[in-house]
Amino acid sequence: MNSNNSTPELAHTIRDGIRAAWPICLGYIPIGLALGVLAQQAGLPWWAIAMMSTIVFAGSAQFICVAMLAAGASISTIIITTLVVNLRHTLMSSALAVHLRGVNRFFLTLFSYGITDESFAINMAKFRTGKWDRWSALTVNHAANMVWVIATISGTLLGQLIPAGAFGIDYALTGMFLCLLVFQFQGRIYIFTAILSALIATIWYLYIPGDSYIVGAAISAATIGYLAQKRNTGKA
Amino acid sequence: MNFSEYLLLFGGMGLVTYLPRALPLIYLAHKQLPQGLIDWLSFIPVAVLSALLAPALFINTTERSLSMGKLELLVAIPTLIFAIKTRSLGGTVLVGMFLYWIGGLII
Repeated sequence: MNSNNSTPELAHTIRDGIRAAWPICLGYIPIGLALGVLAQQAGLPWWAIAMMSTIVFAGSAQFICVAMLAAGASISTIIITTLVVNLRHTLMSSALAVHLRGVNRFFLTLFSYGITDESFAINMAKFRTGKWDRWSALTVNHAANMVWVIATISGTLLGQLIPAGAFGIDYALTGMFLCLLVFQFQGRIYIFTAILSALIATIWYLYIPGDSYIVGAAISAATIGYLAQKRNTGKA
Repeated sequence: MNFSEYLLLFGGMGLVTYLPRALPLIYLAHKQLPQGLIDWLSFIPVAVLSALLAPALFINTTERSLSMGKLELLVAIPTLIFAIKTRSLGGTVLVGMFLYWIGGLII
């Protein structure tokens, strides 16, 4: 683990983090703008959006919150819904722990704030190379957060002036997830797990309302993949 | 809503967002993890990514019905091939965006 924080080296790790974060930042711009526009239509002032994006930093939960506020839901209902939507991050947080073994709690406290679907996907792909500094990983999280806060505030202030869907920017995060999925294909068993997870998620999504399909499909497919691998290595 | 109501709402949401992200990491990073758990966790990224992508590609999300002809899915095929061939994240993002943009103009 690289703990030497001399200035040029620190600048280097920060630069690596920003380089890795740009697809996330690009993808966050249209989504953040869209959230800002919706929030403004729901009657939220710009400072409330700034507060929400800073304190909460959870895109899908924020969209749901805005929709629920517009529908007149109570504060406690919105908080409980947020908890349910964000439970999937316990899985990502656990998987990241493998790469952040023994790191001090202060760093982990700072790092946890920025664990999102997107930063998780980028950082896991980078950690797997074995050459990823945790400070670069932290930079990814915070660069993404900064763009997110700016994009959501901009949405409330000038969202309607920007044409929707320009240059296919709405596909940025889908494209990023597709490529990061490919990076995870380290053998047939992982491709099998991916296909299985997509299948379970699709069926789950069709028949069970809400967002439980992410956790449900991920746990089921990972468990089947793990058992299949165990069986194969047991035979060998 | 006034300032303190927003603060209460976002404070509560922030707490239930932060704790699921922080507790497993802070707890597990200082534990000796059994090899079985580490092996199982190695399947989580691929499974999570695939589960996150699936509805965007295969489902009409407004009607919550199966849809195998979405532009997102049609674009995903060449984008995926590009990703496999080049293993370039930035290139894949740009190719995906470009094809999605062109596809939207044609359809």
